[in-house]
Amino acid sequence: MNKSEYALFLGCTVSVKGLNYELSARKVADRIGIKFVDIPEFSCCGFPLGGIHHSSAVTIAARNLALAEAQGLNIIALCSACTGHMTEVEKLFANGANAKDLKRINASLKDLGYQYNGGVKVRHFARVLYEEIGVNKLRKLITDPLTGLKIAPHYGCHYIKPSEIFDGFDDPIHPQSLDKLIEITGATPVQYRDKLQCCGGGILAIDEETPVKMVKQKLDHIKEANVDAMILVCPFCNIMYDEFQPTVESTFDVEYSIPVLYYPQLLGLAMGLDPKKDLAVKQNQVKVTPLLEKIEGLRGGK
Amino acid sequence: MTKKALSREKPILMEELDTGFKFEVTEEPGGENIKRCFACGTCTVVCPVFSVNDQYNPRKIIRMILFGLKEEVLKSNFIWLCSGCYSCYELCPRDVKITRLMAAVRNIAVREGHIPKPMELIVGLIEKFGRILEVSEFENIVRSKKGMPELDLTIPELRKVLKRTRIHDVIKSSDIDE
Repeated sequence: MNKSEYALFLGCTVSVKGLNYELSARKVADRIGIKFVDIPEFSCCGFPLGGIHHSSAVTIAARNLALAEAQGLNIIALCSACTGHMTEVEKLFANGANAKDLKRINASLKDLGYQYNGGVKVRHFARVLYEEIGVNKLRKLITDPLTGLKIAPHYGCHYIKPSEIFDGFDDPIHPQSLDKLIEITGATPVQYRDKLQCCGGGILAIDEETPVKMVKQKLDHIKEANVDAMILVCPFCNIMYDEFQPTVESTFDVEYSIPVLYYPQLLGLAMGLDPKKDLAVKQNQVKVTPLLEKIEGLRGGK
Repeated sequence: MTKKALSREKPILMEELDTGFKFEVTEEPGGENIKRCFACGTCTVVCPVFSVNDQYNPRKIIRMILFGLKEEVLKSNFIWLCSGCYSCYELCPRDVKITRLMAAVRNIAVREGHIPKPMELIVGLIEKFGRILEVSEFENIVRSKKGMPELDLTIPELRKVLKRTRIHDVIKSSDIDE
């Protein structure tokens, strides 16, 4: 398999709500030399069915994996839940494991033209940047460092957990990949209380009140740390912190105005990409303009 | 255990318990390790949902399953409140794999006819669009402007896939038209 060529898996949420994430990821990938192949038949990853009908969730993932395998490609996903679910299914059938189950799935998909043989690897985009491209190579591509900017990393959950399926690329209790990826942009990663707190997005459909309270906790802690912005790598976390930030502000009568960037947007800024044209910052709910003005100011108002 | 710690209004009656429930759970994918639990409470302590909503108490849910309070667990709202963050999963000293356990219990609940409406809607959306959100023409107009490939508005094959996995054997109805 060509190491720098991947099938780009969008899933549901990025397709509809994460144009800024997708565009910025495509633009920085282009700079780095990662080639994305689009597979129009890719569907939902199957994750939303995990708590409803396990075998449907696994079969849908297997279908997506088979699509990538047919083209001889590994998968890069932008959504952490897609990454987690499809990695779990990928591991389930890797190296001939659970062959009987896979045979049953293949039999059920046969007349639709699918066969999965267990040969695809699924990776989160941020993991590829950190683990395969590496901070040293990325650092060389930084043309416009964001020196002086203070950024809070939000790891979320499925990007690193359950750690047993992620080959130890980062520590699930004390992760550092996103901190290092912030560092290479010239910005300073800022530590804050309860850094690994979950966004709560997983239960939004069942009970809105609970995740909104969880978001408040996180934003309170980030505000205490006095940052310029937070970054994240999952469209579901983004819904909670960016889209729901005004809801949390009005529900609890607080003010945050914390810009929420997808990591590729931050990286793109440091690579000199155009904030509007290349990184679609206008799609971000909390205004990014004050942040861009601050960056200009820090660079001496060029 | 004190009455307050259990916080139940009525006493647990031995004859009302379904002691076979825990075996149903261990046979379900993800539920295999439930009997390993020694009730240390690490899961509840690290749970981000419990920190804002004490209705969701994983330690208590596991005890209820092991006691055999089957109906009470399967009909509950609380089994649907796990956010799936894996905090407890990483730290459980008995490797109960609680995040997967909660998914297993939900699968049983669905089979027994206790599916929350939003979950039923998700199944309908995946059948109809192939995704849980609808991609409209509008998205494709914006995508073209930005030089990004257009998306197929629906992935109709997913309906066929779910027919083959027999999802409607467990979910009787669906709000979305055929």
